[in-house]
Amino acid sequence: MFQVPNMLFALPEMLMLGMACVILLVVAFTGSRRTAWVYGLSQLTLLATAVVVVWFIGEGGLTFADTYIKDNLSDLLKLFICVVNMLVLLYSQAYLKARQLLQGEFFVLAVFSTLGMLIMVSAYHMLTLYLGLELMSLCLYAMVAMQRDSGVATEAAMKYFILGSIASGMLLYGMSIIYGVTGSLSMNEIALAVAAGNGDETILSFGIVFLVIGVGFKFGAVPFHMWLPDVYHGAPTAMTLFIAAAPKIAAFAMIIRLLAEGLIDLQHHWQDMLVMLAVLSMIVGNVVAIAQSNLKRMLAYSTISHVGFLLMGVLSGTQEGFSAALFYTLIYALMTLGAFGMILLLSRQGFEAEYIDDFKGLSERQPWFALMMLILMFSMAGIPPLAGFYAKLTVIKAVIDVDLLLVALVAVVTSVIGAFYYLRVIKVMYFDKPLVDHKLEAGSTMQIMLSANALMVLGLGIVPGILMKICTIVFA
Amino acid sequence: MFAELPLLSVLIWLPILGGVVAIMLGDQRDLLKPFALGIAAVTMLLSFGLYTGFDSNTHQMQFVEKLPWIETFNIFYHLGVDGFSMPLIILTTISTLLVVVAAWEVIQHRPSQYLAAFLIMEGLMIAVFSALDAVLFYVFFEAMLIPLFLVIGIWGGPNRVYATLKFFLYTFFGSVFLLVALLYLRHVSDSFAILDFHTVALSLDEQIWLLLAFLIAFAVKVPMWPVHTWLPDAHVEAPTGGSVILAAITLKIGGYGFLRFALPIAPDASLALDWFIITLSLIAVVYIGFVALAQTDLKKLIAYSSIAHMGFVTLGLFIVFDIFANASTGSGAVLAIEGAMVQMISHGFISAAMFLAVGVLYDRMHTREISAYGGVVNTMPKFAAFAVFFAMANAGLPGTSGFVGEFMVILAAFQANFWFAFLAATTLILGAAYTLWMVKRVFFGEVANNDVQALSDINRREFWMLASLAVIVLLIGVWPDPLLDVMHASVEHLLTQVSQSKL
Repeated sequence: MFQVPNMLFALPEMLMLGMACVILLVVAFTGSRRTAWVYGLSQLTLLATAVVVVWFIGEGGLTFADTYIKDNLSDLLKLFICVVNMLVLLYSQAYLKARQLLQGEFFVLAVFSTLGMLIMVSAYHMLTLYLGLELMSLCLYAMVAMQRDSGVATEAAMKYFILGSIASGMLLYGMSIIYGVTGSLSMNEIALAVAAGNGDETILSFGIVFLVIGVGFKFGAVPFHMWLPDVYHGAPTAMTLFIAAAPKIAAFAMIIRLLAEGLIDLQHHWQDMLVMLAVLSMIVGNVVAIAQSNLKRMLAYSTISHVGFLLMGVLSGTQEGFSAALFYTLIYALMTLGAFGMILLLSRQGFEAEYIDDFKGLSERQPWFALMMLILMFSMAGIPPLAGFYAKLTVIKAVIDVDLLLVALVAVVTSVIGAFYYLRVIKVMYFDKPLVDHKLEAGSTMQIMLSANALMVLGLGIVPGILMKICTIVFA
Repeated sequence: MFAELPLLSVLIWLPILGGVVAIMLGDQRDLLKPFALGIAAVTMLLSFGLYTGFDSNTHQMQFVEKLPWIETFNIFYHLGVDGFSMPLIILTTISTLLVVVAAWEVIQHRPSQYLAAFLIMEGLMIAVFSALDAVLFYVFFEAMLIPLFLVIGIWGGPNRVYATLKFFLYTFFGSVFLLVALLYLRHVSDSFAILDFHTVALSLDEQIWLLLAFLIAFAVKVPMWPVHTWLPDAHVEAPTGGSVILAAITLKIGGYGFLRFALPIAPDASLALDWFIITLSLIAVVYIGFVALAQTDLKKLIAYSSIAHMGFVTLGLFIVFDIFANASTGSGAVLAIEGAMVQMISHGFISAAMFLAVGVLYDRMHTREISAYGGVVNTMPKFAAFAVFFAMANAGLPGTSGFVGEFMVILAAFQANFWFAFLAATTLILGAAYTLWMVKRVFFGEVANNDVQALSDINRREFWMLASLAVIVLLIGVWPDPLLDVMHASVEHLLTQVSQSKL
């Protein structure tokens, strides 16, 4: 018998889809004359979606024939994705305008890509997940390529597209193997089949290998990280920010739905794989970042190392570990937002503040924003009392509680190595003399929000309890 | 009067908030320096409340405050002091006040940030000494690095970037192992309270790994040979205030860490590995004493002498196991621990005084080379009197605080092993040699050059700054009882903890 699915559970996505179509129409009819409208409309869309998410918080369940889920995790992640992307659009506006990239297409791509992320977050079926992932990724490829006359950006887009497609292929292959063994693509049915012992574990673990490779590619975990530095470096900084922040939250949802909900009973298989990915990511990310003189590239390698930390939480396989990884993801998104936001803030017409040396003497030129960058860098290095420390604390605690002491030791030793390059940024800002002096071009809204962003990293460091509690409740 | 006031919280947050306000006041205001001085002075006066309100008959934590902080993990904002931490907090508040006074006319470059860094630092250090929750302790322990990193990097000497990065990475490397150790202890004890760590049962292997982690963390801070190399660099490059805080307090945090974590949590491992730590301590005392003899830079000389003096602290803490093995009574062990504590406090004041004295010279001559000086006593008689007095105290002259701690530790060492005592006692010769030789070259003899001839004697500010320290050094030297009394109960308690096997 046909049942009407509970549409309410997908209301944020439907709202966003509708608004995306409206934005598309507005762009089609106004061309590039009314980008301010389009910008406002996009922000409004994200805001409205966030409000809808908050409005319907609490009640949840499966819908659309068990392919779609609304639970506390999805609500929290959707809220963060919307808020993060609102900030991304805000930070990017002036930068894009100065480079003639502030076109309607950017906002259309941004909104559709956000829609893809929301679908990923709520997907409870492998094909739904894949659908969301591709919607998100295709928009991102196009965004990177938007700067048509830039060779570097085009190269980055090509690299991103080809490697991303390979990753998607791997993921699909893994899904098909899992389907072959368990006879289902729905997470709960897969979990039931695995728990009942249906199917050969060897073949299942073979499938998991491909799933993990696919997820590893999307995260940028070593050894599937090759695309990440090039794309971060080559893409216009605003696009880099977009790729670096919210998609990681969506990727976190993907790994949780696949491994922690669908294949939790095969944890002993995927744990070892994730240990390898995590350890390699932390080592390679932190060591290679030392050699970078380009800040965007340095942050790319730093992202790789953060992914390693994040995976530490997931691989522990406990509720506590998942909430630690969630906490890490959210804090990471906040810090990345601030760091790239700072590059955007200092960039101006014809000048990209993307080299570490461009920050020389910032504490004399812009003492306030130097302080903000100081907070962000110390937080990324994991120095208390900043939020990044608690993120590291929770994931390290999670692995120690499952007796993986060696992983914890690798984590702390590599974070000492990592401290070096974050300190170098601070050194350049505070201990060196300024080379050039110029006014900030960004509007006051951006300046205020960027400050609020950095201060939030400090605030969450002093009272981390609330967000930690939310992250725990989500998995309870 | 202090019963209803959360005194420790006030002591922590008043200077931190004062620091934030100082930054906001900016460099231009005339109000800035009096404000910073006022905050430091009020904090110091309040910290005396800890002493007057302290009950020295119990080893229990006093002035306890406990509020939930991160409920998910049962982490508490849990503060309290005992006989070990209370004197160190008072040392902190006094040193900070002196640093603010020392900066008065000297710091012209961004003074608001300089003063703010030290005020914030003060709050963080008090918090380290009073934290009873492991995460709280670690947060403040690490957070301390940030202001000190900036102080050395912004106001330091020509090679400051190298020195400050080395300082930061060295200490950060040490402390991450502490983090793993604390998380492991939480894993086995299911609590983050440091006092719960003291009672948790641990196997010998676990204890040894924990002790090694503590050793890496705290040995770097103390610093013990061979992980001491960051200290001379940091001291030489740091501005006067940075050197004072570094020598007077942050080094003590290493010694305090051994008292609070290593000994009570891993007594059996401490027993098993005490030979190792005693060896390192004796190397610090003897070898570093010789190294100090060879220095040509005033600050470097004092830095090496600090390492040698801190060797006494670690020696005193770890010879108790040998004393237990040899003697039936525990009196020697009490002497050893109390000697180590007195040595920490006394070294805090003496090294602060020495660095301030070097600062006085440096402000006038802008060099720290011993060879650039000579005959300073002729042009700066008042200053020379103080300097010679502090140098004598540094060499352990009876009647000064420097003597008390060293003498107690050496006396205790005789009950452990004659050769320990013999080697430790060489410091009386070596310490006298490098300090007095330095005094001779800098202060006595003919006026060496025109720069020295042009020196003006200390002004009233500098006089009172040095005089107050001289009084304290003398007071502890002739009458150490008030200091010993407050720590006695805590020392006894520590010794019962240490003597009971956890196996």
